[in-house]
Amino acid sequence: MTSAPRLSLHVPEPTVRPGGKPDFSHVGIAEAGEVPRPPIDVNPSEIRDFAYTMIRVLDDNGDAVGAWVGALTPDDLRKGLRDMMLTRAFDARMLLSQRQGKTSFYIQSLGEEAIATAHRKALKPGDMCFPTYRQQGLLIAYGWPIVDMMCQIFANEQDRLKGRQLPGLYSAKEAGFFTVSGNLGTQYPHAVGWAMASAISGDTRIASGWIGEGATAESDFHSALVFASVYRPPVILNVVNNQWAISSYQGIAGGESAKFAARAHGFAIPSLRVDGNDYLAVYAASLWAAERARANLGPTLIEWVTYRAGAHSTSDDPSKYRPKDEWAAWPLGDPIERLKIHLIRIGAWSEERHKQMQAEVEAEVLEAAKEAESHGTLHDGPKPSAATMFEQVYKDMPRHLREQRQQLGV
Amino acid sequence: MARMSMVEAIRDAMDCKMAEDERVVVFGEDVGYFGGVFRCTDGLQRKYGKSRCFDAPINESGIVGVAIGMGAYGLRPVAEIQFADYVYPGYDQIVSEAARLRYRSGGEFFAPIVIRMPCGGGIYGGQTHSQSPEALFTHVSGLKTVIPSNPYDAKGLLIASIEDDDPVIFLEPKRLYNGPFSGHPDQPAVPWAKHPLSEVPAGRYIVPLGKAAVRREGKGVTVLCYGTMTHVAEAAAEETGVDAEIIDLRSLLPLDVDAIQASVEKTGRCLIVHEATLTSGFGAELAAQVTERCFYALEAPVERVAGWDTPYPVSEEWDYFPGPARVGRALVKAMET
Ligand SMILES: Cc1ncc(C[n+]2csc(CCOP(=O)(O)OP(=O)(O)O)c2C)c(N)n1
Ligand SMILES: [Mg+2]
Repeated sequence: MTSAPRLSLHVPEPTVRPGGKPDFSHVGIAEAGEVPRPPIDVNPSEIRDFAYTMIRVLDDNGDAVGAWVGALTPDDLRKGLRDMMLTRAFDARMLLSQRQGKTSFYIQSLGEEAIATAHRKALKPGDMCFPTYRQQGLLIAYGWPIVDMMCQIFANEQDRLKGRQLPGLYSAKEAGFFTVSGNLGTQYPHAVGWAMASAISGDTRIASGWIGEGATAESDFHSALVFASVYRPPVILNVVNNQWAISSYQGIAGGESAKFAARAHGFAIPSLRVDGNDYLAVYAASLWAAERARANLGPTLIEWVTYRAGAHSTSDDPSKYRPKDEWAAWPLGDPIERLKIHLIRIGAWSEERHKQMQAEVEAEVLEAAKEAESHGTLHDGPKPSAATMFEQVYKDMPRHLREQRQQLGV
Repeated sequence: MARMSMVEAIRDAMDCKMAEDERVVVFGEDVGYFGGVFRCTDGLQRKYGKSRCFDAPINESGIVGVAIGMGAYGLRPVAEIQFADYVYPGYDQIVSEAARLRYRSGGEFFAPIVIRMPCGGGIYGGQTHSQSPEALFTHVSGLKTVIPSNPYDAKGLLIASIEDDDPVIFLEPKRLYNGPFSGHPDQPAVPWAKHPLSEVPAGRYIVPLGKAAVRREGKGVTVLCYGTMTHVAEAAAEETGVDAEIIDLRSLLPLDVDAIQASVEKTGRCLIVHEATLTSGFGAELAAQVTERCFYALEAPVERVAGWDTPYPVSEEWDYFPGPARVGRALVKAMET
């Protein structure tokens, strides 16, 4: 005889499923301007509560308020708006190309454009990002040619990666963009190691690591944090919490019990939780972390709160696991719309100019697509020679690969 | 009997075992509510509840690690790794723990777990959705490694694996999930329904681990293969007219050496085909076994056709994939020696 109750397993479940009414009451949103901006040498223990609130600059009227407003000029903001709009137009075109069979697969960043584009603005040439597949905005804000990105997506003769990588898994060292791995989480420790190397070498450059909230479950995330905690290298540890990891909501990665920003606490790494759909907040928080890193004050973890507005990838159908209209109910809105309203409010923009810019970025993307397609698409036109398949496995091609290349007859 | 795709047969195996044995639990990334990115667990959570079929955090080391813990408790976990290419974070748990629990505890503890994972190429998935890592498992003492090539075998082998008291690595050639594939990407996809091996009996049956199947009888040359390559080899034999005997190994460890020996002694020739890279691939083990067991019956050197020793590319997929043309040339060459 025992009086102990029967145990049962807790399996987290999102509050709504398809057909239900979207509910984001659990997200934990603060008022814009509510969170103070501490000095960059703040003792991490003094800002522990930052992991549970939210740094926001743009309020519901589109005004920029509070200590994190920063010093972006109207020109900066218009450039930021354009970066986001170009990213969105680029994504839309590549989705279409996928449907037309010009590439096999695509991952868009719809709704998350502010994070990568504003973050890039806070970095300097020479800094190195270790992105996931959803940070195309880093390249676009850097000014990397979108034709080059498209050639990679089409795996054509101009693809610098020679058709070896999935579409969108770019590599652009010159732009501070580390080769993207399809394996989740693996690059987080690389960012820390690169930053350690910068410190070992007495350099001034910093690193920026990227991971999705789902992939923070990986052991590599924790490996990165422990090294960052021990050696205090100049690294920004970005966690993009877009609420979903394919079909798994953020609770399956542990977000039901604790905020992702709070993961840093056990390692005494200062941590911020930021409105990821607020261009100004993303820039200001990124700059704070970058300044800390450059001042040799060590790592900062930032949870960017956003929403994955589109499907995970072209292989996914989100209507199977979440309400169709969830994005419309997302309380942090659309980053492009929010910056547009702000610019109009400060008298630096108009609906008219916005329409014009939309037409402009679409034309730019269309022209780039035409040029990229003239170099071939996945199943049509010129492609990398099969001989390149055997190259760069090693620095010098070993005998057995030379023999295999001969067998293939290329 | 019902016509099933490989996805349906795999799901039916889990359904069948979950119904008759409440120790069977199923989990992995996206396998719960959604039913898996390839739909192999669709409906199982609804039918058996969230504590027997659930989503896992994205942590393959954790997925394998907790499966071992559940197995040690006495459950029969079936864990899914979303793609074989993502098993490596879990490799330490597989090699150092799952494979050794029984040995190091003198039989006190063991890990009766199945680790399912889609493997192989043919879907433009590049290096992170196309790998065939079977040799990384067959090289580890204490593991069993299984790889079906059709719906009938998939169900029977999976049930046998779940019932097995040792850890089983269950590799599912993803290109075969929804239809057989002869290795001609330009030909229209065919569904399983037209294939005789899509006839799947209802309820429990097993295909025992360690028993190969002869897919095509022949006297000229023995082809040892498994998974997708079974279909490619059949196509190559048809297209070249070579009198090949095609053996689908089905389970790599335990290996049906009797079937291999009987066939090679009959034909005197042996071609080994796999998608995985050549060097130190499972074909090397097969070649050694054939040489040791059948040396005096061999009329020609044992040949291998395999993936090139490079990472799996995207746009050059069909130059990489050992398709019917390459297999066919090797068949003809074997007959000319
Ligand atoms: C090691 C590893 N395991 C599993 C996968 C399969 N996979 C690809 S994306 C993904 C979800 C990732 O979600 P999250 O980290 O939140 O990033 P998001 O896609 O939302 O940007 C999964 C499970 C993978 N790529 N790598
Ligand atoms: Mg996510």
